[in-house]
Amino acid sequence: MKKAYVRPLDLRHGSVDLSHGGGGRAMVQLIADVFGRAFDNEWLRRGDDGAVLPAPAPGERLVVATDAHVVSPLFFPGGDIGCLAVHGTLNDVAVMGARPLYLAAAFIIEEGFPLADLSRLVASMAAAAREAGVPVVTGDTKVVEKGKGDGLFIATTGVGALPGGRDLSGANARPGDAVIVSGTVGDHGMAIMAQRENLAFDSAIRSDTAALHGLAAVAIDAAPGLRLLRDPTRGGLAATLNEIAQQSAAGIVLDEGAIPVDPQVAAACEFLGLDPLNIANEGKLIAVCPAGEADALVAALRSHPLGARAACIGEVIADEHRFVQMRTAFGGRRMVDWLAGEQLPRIC
Amino acid sequence: MKYVDEFRDGGIARGLAAAIAREVQPGRRYAFMEFCGGHTHAISRYGVADLLPAQVRMVHGPGCPVCVLPIGRIDQAIRLALDAGAIVCTYGDTLRVPASAGLSMLRARARGADIRMIYSAADALALAQQVPQREVVFFAIGFETTTPPTALVIRQAAQLGLGNFSVLCCHVLTPAAITAILESPEVRQLGSVPLDGFIGPAHVSTVIGSRPYAHFAEEYRKPVVIAGFEPLDVMQAVRMLVRQVNEGRAEVENEFTRAVTEDGNLKAQARVSEVFELRREFEWRGLGLVPYSALRIRPGFAAFDAEVRFGLDYRPVPDHPSCECGAILRGVRTPVECKLFGTVCTPETPMGSCMVSSEGACAAHYTYGRFRDIPITAEA
Repeated sequence: MKKAYVRPLDLRHGSVDLSHGGGGRAMVQLIADVFGRAFDNEWLRRGDDGAVLPAPAPGERLVVATDAHVVSPLFFPGGDIGCLAVHGTLNDVAVMGARPLYLAAAFIIEEGFPLADLSRLVASMAAAAREAGVPVVTGDTKVVEKGKGDGLFIATTGVGALPGGRDLSGANARPGDAVIVSGTVGDHGMAIMAQRENLAFDSAIRSDTAALHGLAAVAIDAAPGLRLLRDPTRGGLAATLNEIAQQSAAGIVLDEGAIPVDPQVAAACEFLGLDPLNIANEGKLIAVCPAGEADALVAALRSHPLGARAACIGEVIADEHRFVQMRTAFGGRRMVDWLAGEQLPRIC
Repeated sequence: MKYVDEFRDGGIARGLAAAIAREVQPGRRYAFMEFCGGHTHAISRYGVADLLPAQVRMVHGPGCPVCVLPIGRIDQAIRLALDAGAIVCTYGDTLRVPASAGLSMLRARARGADIRMIYSAADALALAQQVPQREVVFFAIGFETTTPPTALVIRQAAQLGLGNFSVLCCHVLTPAAITAILESPEVRQLGSVPLDGFIGPAHVSTVIGSRPYAHFAEEYRKPVVIAGFEPLDVMQAVRMLVRQVNEGRAEVENEFTRAVTEDGNLKAQARVSEVFELRREFEWRGLGLVPYSALRIRPGFAAFDAEVRFGLDYRPVPDHPSCECGAILRGVRTPVECKLFGTVCTPETPMGSCMVSSEGACAAHYTYGRFRDIPITAEA
C-alpha cells in the first residue's frame, strides 16, 4: 500500500462537490492544489488561520476596504470575476490615497462548478494580484448546494497604508475645483450587458477592469492640492458625482461634450435606451483638484497607459441643494441624477 | 454616431432657437402638447426648453405606454403570475408601476412570482418554446409601435401550435387618446388648458402614417406636426407649429419625413388587423374609459388570449387620491403641482405611473429638471 496516497484533483474534467467545503481531506486538497498553488506566498504557506502582518510605518494609518463580487457571466471580454475581485477591492483602497499591501479572499462555490473554470479564474486572480504586487495572504472557501449559488462568488478585503496627513475624503470638494475623469465611461457595464443571454449583441466592447493604484499615485504626485479620488463603479459617473456632491455639500456642473465615451458604448447605450453616465466602470478614476492644478493633473494622467483619455469634465460650484447638473452638448441644461432602480443586476 | 449626432448638433440648435425666437409674435403665447413620452424625454434630457423662447410652453401628453396603463391591468398580470403560476414576461419599465395591495410586479417577484423582463415579444415566444410544461404570458403594452411585433408572435405561436403561450393584450391607440384630450372638459369648455397644437408621434406614425391626424387638424382646428424623437426634430417641429399658428393654419405637417409616410407601414397594419380588433372601450389611467381606444385579440386567435385562457375579469382600481398622474397625463397639471412630487413620490418609491417610466412627465422632470424648482431636493 502506498502511504498517504491522494488521487490528484481532476482539473480538466472534475467539478467541485460538497466534500470540497466539508472540512475534510478533499477541502485541504482543493485549497492546496488550486488556491495555494496559484497564490503561493509566505503567509499562505504557513497554513495558519490568519496572516500575521507587520505594523505600518510610524505616522502611517491603515485603510481597509471590502467588496463582494457576483458578476454574471463569470468570464467577459476584458476580464473575469477573478481579476475583477482583485481590482475592485484594490481600487477602493487606492482611491483613499493608500498604498495597497495585502488582500484577503473568500470563495463561495456552487456544487458542480467545473474545476477547470475554478482554476482558470483563480489563476487570473493570482496574476492580477501579482501584477499589482499585492499578495492574497489569507482566504476561505465554502461550497453551497447546487442551485443555492450561481457558480462562484468572490469576496475580497484589501489593506493599505495611508501616509500621514493625506486625506482624500469625498467631503473635500470645494466650489471652483475641477472635476476630472481618467478615461471613457461605461465600458465595463456595457461589456457585461453585451454578454447577457437575453440581450446579447455583437460588439468589441471590453471591460476596463484594471488596478488603479499606479494611476492614483500619478494623480497624487501631479496635484499637490488633490482633494479626492473615487472609482465610479456601480451607478457610474452619475452616482459617484452625486455622492461627492452630497458629501461635500456642493453642486457640480458637467460639460457633456467633454466626457469621454467610446463610440461603441455610446451606440449600445443609444439602442438600449441607457445613459453612459449611469453605467459601471472598473478601471476609471474621478479626481477633484483645485482648478489651477487641473491641466497638470490631466497631463500626468494622460502620460499613464490607463489614463490616456483623461479629461476635465466639469467644475464644483456652491449649491446648497447639491445638484449635479450638466450643460448638454445640445445647448441646454439638465440634471444628472442617481440611477433609479436597477439597470442590470450583478454587474460586478 | 452616424444618423444620430446630426440630429443633436448644438450649433444647428442655436440657429433654430434664434429662428424660433424671431418668429414668435410678441405678446402671444404658444402652448404645444408633445403627445409622446419619447419627445418628453428628449426635451428634458437635452434641455430643449432652455433653447425655446419664454412664450413657448411645452405641455406633456399621455403618450407613455407605462403611464397610461391602469392599475387593474397590472393587477391582472400579477394575478397570472402569483395565482395561476404562469411565467409573465414584460418590458422593463412595467415592473415598477405601483399596483393594488402595495404590490408591483417587482414586489410580486420578491414574493415568488415568476415575472421576467424581456426586450422583445420574440423573447417571450422563445421562452414558451423552451419551457413547454409552463404557461408563458406576454404582458403586451404599448401604442401602435409595439403592436405589430405582438401580432407577429401570436401568428407564430398559432403556426407552431404552441399550447402554453398567451398574450395579455393592453395595446392602446394614439388617435383615440388625442381625441379624448381634445374632448376633455378642460380643453373644450373651460379653456383652462390652452393647446395651440400637437407634436405628433414619431414611431407610432411610422406604422399608422400621417393620415389619421388629419381629423384633429380639421375638426378641432389644431395644427399637428409629426416629429422624430431627436432634440433637433422637436425644435424644428416647434418652429413649424409656431408658423402654422401665426398664419392661422391647422394642418398635418410631417417633420419626420425620413421615416414617416402618409400611409405608414401597410404590411404591419395588415398583420395587426389580422390578429387584433377594436375594444369597445378601454380604461386609461388619466383619461378614464375611452371608447374604441384599444385592441383585443380576435376570436380566431382566442387560444392565445390570456384573458380568455385564464378567464380573467377586469376590476378597475382607483389611483391614490392625491396622485395627479391623471391630470398630468391630460396636460391639466404639471408634475410640480402635485403635492406628492419629490416628497413621497420619487423614482425609487413611485406613487403614480408618471414617476416610473423614463418617458413619464414626472420621472423626466425629477431626473433631469428638478434643479429648476429649487427648493425641492433629493433628500426628504
